Amino acid sequence: MNFDFSDEQKQMRDAARKFLAEKCPPKAVREVLEGRATYDKALWAGLAEMGFLGVAIPEQFGGAGAGHLELCVIAEEMGRALAPVPFSSTVYLAAEALLLAGSDEQKQKWLPKIASGEAIGTLALFEGKGNPSPQAIKLQASGGTLNGVKKPVPDGAIADFAVVAARTGSTGRDADISLFLVDLKAGGVDVRSLTNIDPTHGQAELTFKNCKAEPLAAAGDGWGILTQVLDRAAVLMAFEQVGGSDRALEMGRDYALDRIAFGRPIGSFQAVKHILADMYVSATLARSNCYYGAWALSTNASELPEAAAAARISATQAFQHCSKNNIQVHGGMGFTWEFDCHMYYRRANATAVTLGSLSYWEDQLIDRMRKKNAA
Amino acid sequence: MNFDDTPQEAAFRAEAKAWIAANAPKQYEEELRKTSLGRSGLKGANMLEVAKAWQKKKADAGWACLHWPKEYGGRGSSPIERVIWQQEEGPFGKLSGMFIIGHGMCGPTMMAFAGEAEKQKYLPPLASGEKVWCQLFSEPAGGSDVAGLRTRAEKKGDDWIVNGQKIWTSGAHYSDYGILLTRTDPNVPKHKGLTMFFLDMKSPGVEVRPIKQASGQSDFNEVYFTDVKIPDSQRLGAVNDGWNVSLTTLMNERMSIGAGVSTGFPELFDFCNSLMLEDGPAIEDRSVRSRLANYAVKASGLRYTSMRAISALSKGERPGPENSIGKLVAGSMVQEVAMYALDLQGAAGVLSGPEDAEIAGKFQAMLLRAPGTRVEGGTDEIMRNIIAERVLGLPGDIRVDKDVPFNKIPTKGRA
Repeated sequence: MNFDFSDEQKQMRDAARKFLAEKCPPKAVREVLEGRATYDKALWAGLAEMGFLGVAIPEQFGGAGAGHLELCVIAEEMGRALAPVPFSSTVYLAAEALLLAGSDEQKQKWLPKIASGEAIGTLALFEGKGNPSPQAIKLQASGGTLNGVKKPVPDGAIADFAVVAARTGSTGRDADISLFLVDLKAGGVDVRSLTNIDPTHGQAELTFKNCKAEPLAAAGDGWGILTQVLDRAAVLMAFEQVGGSDRALEMGRDYALDRIAFGRPIGSFQAVKHILADMYVSATLARSNCYYGAWALSTNASELPEAAAAARISATQAFQHCSKNNIQVHGGMGFTWEFDCHMYYRRANATAVTLGSLSYWEDQLIDRMRKKNAA
Repeated sequence: MNFDDTPQEAAFRAEAKAWIAANAPKQYEEELRKTSLGRSGLKGANMLEVAKAWQKKKADAGWACLHWPKEYGGRGSSPIERVIWQQEEGPFGKLSGMFIIGHGMCGPTMMAFAGEAEKQKYLPPLASGEKVWCQLFSEPAGGSDVAGLRTRAEKKGDDWIVNGQKIWTSGAHYSDYGILLTRTDPNVPKHKGLTMFFLDMKSPGVEVRPIKQASGQSDFNEVYFTDVKIPDSQRLGAVNDGWNVSLTTLMNERMSIGAGVSTGFPELFDFCNSLMLEDGPAIEDRSVRSRLANYAVKASGLRYTSMRAISALSKGERPGPENSIGKLVAGSMVQEVAMYALDLQGAAGVLSGPEDAEIAGKFQAMLLRAPGTRVEGGTDEIMRNIIAERVLGLPGDIRVDKDVPFNKIPTKGRA
């Protein structure tokens, strides 16, 4: 049994950590947080140069062709550094959708641009409140044009193209849903930036008015593909969440060692130690669930749907738990704008819902476990 | 990343599997598979006898105490082979419960500190299960604070005379030998005046009294010592160095990986899968699904955490600290799971008799046994301290009794 990343993959993680420590310090994250930039363009270019954007994209489409285990270790570092770039929307959502369902021509058009940092992509799925479901998709597609409103769309205001989920039938079945590729710079889409709890990642409303779109995969296959894209993104996002959890735990631990109150480091009080121990527990459970998700993702195992849901739930819980308790350990200082704790708290609670909320994934997990049990 | 055996591991697994298939007491397999926390015995058979017979059979064929050297009754196996054996032994491994302390803690302590003649004499029958050992550390005045123990050992000629009381001693009522931590010098700080021995539990002056637990069962005992004579040749380690000796014992306790902590989740999932509520199957109820999902990711998180440790062993590395979370997570989870299973049964959840209760009262038995799992072998709070101090590197507690002679430490709180 070798339920671990290889030495080469660990070296890649170290390289990513080193790169991000240099190019993406908290000061750089604040540039976006405080609205002086929509995303970190220099960092985005650097990530492309390092080969991180196309790490899981095959060489024939301009990527490094390494694989998804490599992408997992990079995702972890992106989460740890709170990288303020459209990595998750471009790489986990748009690129994965293209890899799963794109024609050769579509892949040739967009994947090399993703790998080189020239194109930002996203997935336009949600239409207001609620979790992923075929019924919630109202945006209409007919005759190659789209009409309707998507929100929130992650990184929608800076994206060059979007994979759009649209309704092409009204039978009440999954086959009513189809996917389309839209060049967002070609007109027909109104874009409005939306204020959100984590300004280091933009959210937008996209209004499609007789917008030209090309089909991605066959008509009626949309929901099946979306489910797979969400599973794959769930594993990758879970690694970001685990990276963020670990960093929040470290920040809390370091503060508890440095801060003196009542004449001793606050980390010597059991009330504080036990908070930190519980943070370690949740981060460890999440990491182990994520490793299983990584294995299932990289081997395209039949266990992926269950593994992805478990990784998603566990990592969401861990990041929320670690980021809120990091603030608690910091006390009043943790609640200031100046300290970085709130940036992790914001990211944790944003990532907790953006791919579908906890209750959605809980439901998915039990469905999938039942199916396996019945089989 | 893969779950495959190396060729060497696969060969070992095949050999173990074949031997177990040919030799295990299959008549008990189904019953052993169904045991759960609070429900561990065999009906119509003496668990102790069945366990001893299985252990002896394993020992005769060289499958006992795999990680011990051959000369002391073991197999000289690598840690990963031990894990593979446990996986293959499956439900029959539950028969090893009564040997865990002897094989996991007493044996390794003897190996590290006993004389060669004593090792030759005592270890092989311990490995084969012919002799059962217990560990006599905890006391009424020293539980989590084990170094606060008060049982005295006083030197008289070539012997030591022991007086005092131990408590929470698992299996003392069927044990032949025990390792015993005593106070030999009360005039120095508490960690510096302890000495370790091993002794024959049938020695004159040793009295074992079962403790009736809150669950109604009796797994633990009080052990009283009245002028018990122990020869100096049965001392383990130097006089007053018992604390260091005990650290060896406890370190071995934490080395036992993959020992399979019970979370109650598989039982709860099966139960919910077949349970009908007023408005339909429980498994289709949103609140049930949410609770189940939360338990599911804890159970899978523990499973994969232990796989990470096994992978480290497979590569010949030391497992990381992540394994320290197992007991803490499982202990409180099994308690919550039991409470939730009763909740799902409504008013009938109160019933515990095998005839009237749901699935023969499995969850009721689990509920009543569960508080113990959060205390025994290190309380939840001690486990959190261990994680905080040894894994996260936080400072130890300020110990007000650290430099105080033991006999000057206050013994009473509120007057």
